[in-house]
Amino acid sequence: MITINTLFYLSGLLAIVASIKVVTGKQTIHALLYLVVSLLAVAVCFYLMGAPFAAGLEVIVYAGAILVLFVFAVMMFGLAQDEHLHAPKHGAGQWLGPIFLSVLLLLVLIIAISNSEIQQVLIPKVIDAKDVGILLYGPYLLAVEIASFLLLAGLVSGYHYAKPRQAMQSDDNFQVGDEI
Amino acid sequence: MTTIALTHVLILASILFVIGFVGVIVRKNTLFMLMSLEVMLNAVGVAFIGAGSAWQQADGQVMFILILTLAAAEVAVGLALLINMQRRYRSLDIDILARMRG
Repeated sequence: MITINTLFYLSGLLAIVASIKVVTGKQTIHALLYLVVSLLAVAVCFYLMGAPFAAGLEVIVYAGAILVLFVFAVMMFGLAQDEHLHAPKHGAGQWLGPIFLSVLLLLVLIIAISNSEIQQVLIPKVIDAKDVGILLYGPYLLAVEIASFLLLAGLVSGYHYAKPRQAMQSDDNFQVGDEI
Repeated sequence: MTTIALTHVLILASILFVIGFVGVIVRKNTLFMLMSLEVMLNAVGVAFIGAGSAWQQADGQVMFILILTLAAAEVAVGLALLINMQRRYRSLDIDILARMRG
């Protein structure tokens, strides 16, 4: 008998394992594909938590758009040198300290969460896109506007930084009255 | 019908967050640091959706959408900077940036 509970824990476990593979991966493309698996597992978690709109956004925007951006950038880089020349040295020496401290932090977090008085359970009722939209264009309208400004700033700075060097220099020497 | 406890959702979010945090600290390849940042942002999204579902409010999903736009803008700027870095130093190692002057 497979319940919502079991499905949730299974996909959560999948997300954790895939995230660990992302962090410890050696080859960039493999790590990216593990990141896609992790995002899809989290999308399944969202769906089971009663947020199908967020699950769809996670698949479309995160796994569909952002990760494709990553993949194209990785194709541009040509990372053979980084993966062989600058690969991390053998031995887990550099992993020990951060992992110890982070596991300590995780233990503190888990103890704090499980000892707090949180009694809520997730109510199995779907919050659909209509509720989100009403809220998004009602009380959160200012936040939406600010998010659009953020996206515009990201677009402009991404275009500026990724421009070829040649175009940048000719832009710097551009003066008013030059023929275009 | 069985239900998911909110504490379990929060614990899942903390585990994912800590995994991403370890990645940001340990890895020297800037591309892997960006990917670990994605994992961390995703973990925060899990916490928001869980809380929004426990209280039956749509605010959690609104916050998740805002986090999504933040992640998109961050990835665009970060990847553009990495393209610049690869073009200039022929490497993505974060230690190379330590030689930067001025």
